[in-house]
Amino acid sequence: MVGLSQYLIVSAALFSLGVIGLFLNRKNVISILMCIELMLLAVNINFVAFSHHLGDLGGQIFVFFVLTIAACEVAVGLAILVSFYRLRRSIEIEDINSLQG
Amino acid sequence: MLETAFFNLFAGLSILSGMGVVLSRNTMHSVMFLILCFFNAAGLFFLLDAEFLGVILILIYVGAVMVLFMFVIMMLEVNVAKVREGFLQYLPLGGMIAVILLVEFVAAAGSGVFADGAMAQAAHLGQEVNNTRQIGQILYTKYLLGFEIAAIILLVALIGSIVLTLRGRKDAKYQNMSAQVKVRREDRVRKVSM
Repeated sequence: MVGLSQYLIVSAALFSLGVIGLFLNRKNVISILMCIELMLLAVNINFVAFSHHLGDLGGQIFVFFVLTIAACEVAVGLAILVSFYRLRRSIEIEDINSLQG
Repeated sequence: MLETAFFNLFAGLSILSGMGVVLSRNTMHSVMFLILCFFNAAGLFFLLDAEFLGVILILIYVGAVMVLFMFVIMMLEVNVAKVREGFLQYLPLGGMIAVILLVEFVAAAGSGVFADGAMAQAAHLGQEVNNTRQIGQILYTKYLLGFEIAAIILLVALIGSIVLTLRGRKDAKYQNMSAQVKVRREDRVRKVSM
């Protein structure tokens, strides 16, 4: 019998992996985007688990919206990455300092 | 029993492939591990009776987003050796934050607050339950505004990514439609009296 807390633990593990990947892969923008995807996936598992637990379909609708926004974010992020690569021939974080941020 | 076995399989594989995403040296291998992770998460969605979302996860993520990642990685020439620099430098800080997060989440999840209402056993499987139909029924009524906003955001992202990557060629000759349409007879034809 699989309870809600097991799903929450899996999702917590995935989210923590995403966070640690965000810290470890400081060089590569693509890795950072993938870690964000991992964290969003963990959040989606939480949403679906609670939706099933509470018998309310609203959680699944929100997963739908999160998927939409994540797809938009990836498309725009990769487009920025491609246009930046044309400019600098590199996708390292340290080279992305034009705004002195 | 079978449900528990499948849960253990999907959960273990998704966590292992998540570790693969973070730790693998090659960016392409990371993408492959992320695809495996999405497949296993879709399996978890199926176990939670969210068939529509599981299918959507496989279709959109594995079929579109991950392929987009692969295209970009193949197009860009990433220096693999340089990518790994500073990997160990940030390990203490990142590891500490991630472990604190994990301990907090697991403590919250295992605190017994969520333990009482255990998952409904698959008693409804004999009934006529259609997850896709249910989602459609509330998506187009109760959540219609959110649905339309999501559609507009998708349109904006579509146009934005096209504009960002569009590069007009300088040496090519294009038609100027506006000038062609605006041209009058007097600009082209000259009456000459013989």
